[in-house]
Amino acid sequence: MCALRLTLTICLSIHAFAPRVGATELWVSAAASLTNAFKNIGAEFERVHARDKVIFNFAASDVLVKQIAEGAPVDVFASADEEAMDKALTAKLIIATTRFNFAGNRLVLALPMDSPLRFNTLDDLKTKAVRRIAISQPATVPVGRYAKAVLDKARLWTVLQERFIYTQNVRQTLDYLARGEVDAGFVYTTDAALMKDKVRVALEVTTTRRVVYPIAMTTASKNPQLGRDFLDLVRSSAGQTILQKFAFTEP
Amino acid sequence: MTDALVPLLLTLKIAVAATAIVLFAGVACAYLLGRYSFWGSQIIDAICTLPMVMPPTVLGYYLLVVFGRRGWIGAWLEESLGIHLIFTWQGAVIASAAVAFPLVYRAARASLGSVDHHLENAARVLGAGEAKVFFRVSLPLAWRGVFAGTMLAFARAMGEFGATLMIAGSIPGKTQTISIAIYEAVQAGQDSVANFLVLLASLVCVCILAASGKFLQRQF
Repeated sequence: MCALRLTLTICLSIHAFAPRVGATELWVSAAASLTNAFKNIGAEFERVHARDKVIFNFAASDVLVKQIAEGAPVDVFASADEEAMDKALTAKLIIATTRFNFAGNRLVLALPMDSPLRFNTLDDLKTKAVRRIAISQPATVPVGRYAKAVLDKARLWTVLQERFIYTQNVRQTLDYLARGEVDAGFVYTTDAALMKDKVRVALEVTTTRRVVYPIAMTTASKNPQLGRDFLDLVRSSAGQTILQKFAFTEP
Repeated sequence: MTDALVPLLLTLKIAVAATAIVLFAGVACAYLLGRYSFWGSQIIDAICTLPMVMPPTVLGYYLLVVFGRRGWIGAWLEESLGIHLIFTWQGAVIASAAVAFPLVYRAARASLGSVDHHLENAARVLGAGEAKVFFRVSLPLAWRGVFAGTMLAFARAMGEFGATLMIAGSIPGKTQTISIAIYEAVQAGQDSVANFLVLLASLVCVCILAASGKFLQRQF
């Protein structure tokens, strides 16, 4: 009798720690620039799906592709350029039919708030006063690729090479700008808007390709229905309103 | 191949410089704190050991705040001497030295503390000054412990990642150490580069450990 009671107690206490019955976790890997907007969309998703939970993983897009390729249990992938999504497609990591572009953005050259510098064109980066330019690693970060393409076209990439400080993602560039550790840096409009008191936009940069955000379901997803619901929410007017609130444009 | 040697040589340069700094600073602090007891010496002892238990990112953040362009030491260095430590290899040396310091400090503290005081006092009776007692008696008797601590500090400085990435960034040829180069290669999916660097780093570490073990053995 005593043993039975003990067993019962143990079972009940284990049950208290176990996840809610029927609750499903949806894993969403998204580009670092989507952090704030997607957290809001996630909250909206959990409001509608009261029993389920969204778990986000934010990093540079190519790093996310790598993680998915290595078997990270991701259901939905959102990247900051088509190249990263194409990589995932070529490696058969995403379902092509579920892919669509859900938002757009603009590349800007930003400065620390107290910087005395004035920019009319990107050529002004050549002035001696600009000693350090933060740019995300083009090999793994879309914002770095967009910036490199523009600088290549303007024949500035090799000229400025010595001054580049490579960052792991767009938010690290933003942090260096906010701390005044670099003189200039390439970020998106949406990032600059988050730090209005510490960072100012010097120049809107016309990218060689438009900045668009594709999203898709992964082939390894264990919760295809929930993943589809998340994609639907991103596409819906509720999702688009949240994205626009954070200064994302239409795709 | 030669591309891989650049981060390796840079790492060795940074680790050697950092180890040299912590060897002097660590032994000096251990000697002073072990010899003189004053109000607050316990707190200083704790602070000297802190980098060993703190996550490297916490340390990196402290260094960024202190040595950054708007930090209180960083701003002064920039204004008075025109030195900017963030994003330079010297910055990486500071990060490595900070994480490796407790290893020398703790080892020196323990081995200096275990030196027989009768021998030190005998030297004093025979007329040796404090400096002479330290260099001719205490340090020679404690050197094995100090050396072991220094080797650990060197190994720790070679492997330093978190704090370095935060204050020195990842600039190829300037601040991209071997551990950061490996991280970047893995992130970019360049597995062959990563494999080569990992093997190289492992080989260098094994060689250093084997050589120091041999060196310690020979003396006794």
